[in-house]
Amino acid sequence: MSAPVLIGYFEKEEQVLEATRAVREAGHDLRDVYTPYAVHGLDDAMGLKPSRLTWVCFVGGLTGCTLALSLQLYTSVVSWPLNVGGKPFNSLPAFIPVTFELTVLFAALSTVAAFLVRAKLFPGNKRPTLPRVTDDRFAIVVAPRQTPESLEAAEDLMRRHGAVATDVREVPS
Amino acid sequence: MSNQHLSPLRVPLVSESRTLGQLTEEICAPMERAPTWKWWAAFAIAVSVLGTGAGIVAYQVGTGIGVWGLNKTIGWAFDITNFVFWVGIGHAGTLISAILFLFRQKWRTSINRAAEAMTLFAVMCAALFPVIHMGRPWLAFWVLPYPNTRGSLWVNFRSPLLWDVFAISTYFTVSAVFWYVGLIPDLATVRDRLKAGVKKAVFKVLSLGWTGSHRTWSRYETVYLLLAGLATPLVLSVHTIVSMDFATSVIPGWHTTIFPPYFVAGAVFSGFAMVLTLMIITRVVLGYEHLITIRHLENMTKVIIVTGGLVSLAYATEFFIAWYSGNPYERFAFMNRAFGPYAWAYWIMVTCNVVSPHLFWFKKIRTSPAAIFALSLVINVGMWFERFVIIVTSLHRDFLPSSWSMYTPTMVEVGTFIGTFGLFFTLFLLFVRVLPIISIGEVKSVLGFARSDPGHGDAHPPSRPAAAHEAPTEDASGRHAPPLAIATRKDVPV
Repeated sequence: MSAPVLIGYFEKEEQVLEATRAVREAGHDLRDVYTPYAVHGLDDAMGLKPSRLTWVCFVGGLTGCTLALSLQLYTSVVSWPLNVGGKPFNSLPAFIPVTFELTVLFAALSTVAAFLVRAKLFPGNKRPTLPRVTDDRFAIVVAPRQTPESLEAAEDLMRRHGAVATDVREVPS
Repeated sequence: MSNQHLSPLRVPLVSESRTLGQLTEEICAPMERAPTWKWWAAFAIAVSVLGTGAGIVAYQVGTGIGVWGLNKTIGWAFDITNFVFWVGIGHAGTLISAILFLFRQKWRTSINRAAEAMTLFAVMCAALFPVIHMGRPWLAFWVLPYPNTRGSLWVNFRSPLLWDVFAISTYFTVSAVFWYVGLIPDLATVRDRLKAGVKKAVFKVLSLGWTGSHRTWSRYETVYLLLAGLATPLVLSVHTIVSMDFATSVIPGWHTTIFPPYFVAGAVFSGFAMVLTLMIITRVVLGYEHLITIRHLENMTKVIIVTGGLVSLAYATEFFIAWYSGNPYERFAFMNRAFGPYAWAYWIMVTCNVVSPHLFWFKKIRTSPAAIFALSLVINVGMWFERFVIIVTSLHRDFLPSSWSMYTPTMVEVGTFIGTFGLFFTLFLLFVRVLPIISIGEVKSVLGFARSDPGHGDAHPPSRPAAAHEAPTEDASGRHAPPLAIATRKDVPV
């Protein structure tokens, strides 16, 4: 089953910002906006919620911190207590540098991993790309809600907001 | 371009007006054309130096590190100097990419990619030294905490040298990930420009299927911000931990609490000098004077003035505290540094690091690439000597005059050091050829920065009502638009 989607191409950041807002306000089904760089303000225009990746980062960091402290306490206190210059076995201040490093390492790697999974980025990805959107074009992709007429209305709306070209494509729904 | 960046008071970040398409062309050009003879010449030199260095390392590993100039008194010298030197150089890259990002310094966009690459290569060079210093590098995995067959033998987590292992490996990993995440959108840009072939297949894999979707961009921005937030304390921690290799010991001249901030300031100081050295060559060779502008160079020299000041303050504080402590060993160590047999190294350090950065107070010097280049080399030399002075002068006359000794590096040590420069430049030259060295996506986002009045010199056209069906690569102001090929865009509908 495939459904037609309408793609509008734009040249400028401001045009795509305004058109996105207009398309959303007109009640069309805004699939996504494609841009060659991160356009600030587009989150708001598209109505995207803030990402929850910050939580992944926090939990990843907490895991790293816990693992690092447990490893150091286990090895230096339980498994192989070694008297180094009369220092206590559980010499916590000496364990802080390694704990800090592993906290950062786990937080960073888990955040990036979660990002790649959530954004479905992986090697061998077969997702088709729109022409020039990684170069110098901005594109808005709209799917019709009910009727083909709504596509026409959306096309008209995008043209009025400065779309340089529009294209209708069948995409697997 | 977003109106929020427009103000007649702001200076544009990119000095000539470019369209998005032209920018892609320009930044991708060095990767798509055949290398010039200059590149081949530089590459040949770099690879020969690397090869010689590799031969020397093979010799010392085969023979044992007795071929070094170390003795019973001076057990740490050239290799640790070079280790600290290279790690320090790496720091500017992360500083530019992370700290300046958090401070919303938009001028970082033209230089962050190359600076991050420099970080990675410098850390690789640095990591070589402790491994070679082990004498038996094939046993380097012994520094890792893993359950082993030698009883319940674990690494000593109270040792600053082990902290180094964790700090450097974490730093390298996080920097590499940060760099790669930043590269993904640009890899997609390159992928979409290439015709079918091996190169396209490689970029297809590397770009992980990036489509430019804003849902992805939005998450990407979050991840980038988080990574910058994580990398910032990491930069500070790494050189802090490196300084603790010295500061936690009891040697006069090393045992000082000022070391962590002092080392961090020195690292940023030397790192920025190295970024300047590389960027000045790159912008001239690749013709990126309008992207890496004089203003970028000027901003970096200002960072050098500040960090140079911090380093000078640290030198003065060390001396004052050595006197104020009333500790005779401490007083002697510092007097010996300045007036002892290694005084020449100390005064090279002072001249290069304390005196020379002050030349940057003059606008003429700050805005002359030739002068900046020369001074950046001077600072690199000075910072190398700083590490040499700290390490060798503190060790060569310790508590017992009976064990006093002198140190001279052998050709093997010097050759290893020069060899790492070969590695560094080989990697950097390859990087220039195979990856976009300027962040395409990020520079595109600042193209419209600070332009509102079209009457101003090189100003970019302001935002104006939508002009449908405008020729895509024509520069609206009609100025500075070079005749760039747009062949790659002919086969697409828009």
